[in-house]
Amino acid sequence: MNGPHDLGGMQGLGAIPIEENEPVFHSAWEAKVFAMSFATFSTFFPVDETRHAAERIPAGEYLSASYYERWLAALELLLTEHGWLTPAEIEDRITHLRQTES
Amino acid sequence: MTTHHHRPESEIALRVKAIESLLVEKGIVDPAALDTIIEHYEHQVGPHVGAQIVAKAWVDPDFKRRLLADGTGAIAELGLTGFSSEHMIVVANTATVHNLIVCTLCSCYPWAILGLPPTWYKSLAYRSRAVIEPRSVLAEFGLVLPDTVEVCVWDSNADLRYLVLPERPDGAEGLSEEALAALVTRNAMIGTAKVEPPTSPTPIAA
Repeated sequence: MNGPHDLGGMQGLGAIPIEENEPVFHSAWEAKVFAMSFATFSTFFPVDETRHAAERIPAGEYLSASYYERWLAALELLLTEHGWLTPAEIEDRITHLRQTES
Repeated sequence: MTTHHHRPESEIALRVKAIESLLVEKGIVDPAALDTIIEHYEHQVGPHVGAQIVAKAWVDPDFKRRLLADGTGAIAELGLTGFSSEHMIVVANTATVHNLIVCTLCSCYPWAILGLPPTWYKSLAYRSRAVIEPRSVLAEFGLVLPDTVEVCVWDSNADLRYLVLPERPDGAEGLSEEALAALVTRNAMIGTAKVEPPTSPTPIAA
């Protein structure tokens, strides 16, 4: 698939973001996205399907999202495509959490 | 962190929390299993695993031969095979060849041997530039190689992962295998650094 993920040789993407003593995860949500993806893709989704999901992220979004934002987008795509969750369920839960947390 | 986000962190965190709560409620994921996965990748696996393989190759020429001929088999001998590192090729740096590993398509990396990759390895800049201007990428890491040294860049994929066997530094002659392993850094095993000679009793592993 010829998409924005096929980055080899592309120019203009800037300096390498080198971070000293980098933690494994930069936030609790990154760790959770990794763990939920790991748990579901080792059980339900073969690795090629997860890669394909990441490669279907729209180009603009792919290039502007952080690494674990891309994982989140792929996870959400697979969970909804397979019918484990619906997009409406996710949006409703976000609204509910926002109300209870504010 | 250094990566630009186009959505606020709090919005992303809320979305993740919503998905997690739904998956847990439906019994699709077990919260204890999520904690176990996070703990494993934060604390159990990491570059110290790869460093053992490198140190073994430095002290045991027969192992080194097997490691370079059949990385997968030699790593299995040490019982260090694991998820996302099932098929391995090990490439050796020499006085005339320097190896560098990238995954241009995503972030393929030998998780069981080096842990999860650093942000720079997953960055668009590294993925795009490592294959077209590896010497300037290496210079950003402070590694300037003479033109007489050939740079070989290896592009990983979902099924096959690479490990660089760095050169054993001078001044490490009398060290035990364990002490040698402590000199080996993550970046040296990806190819963005060399292993430095011992300078202090407790070298810091990056």
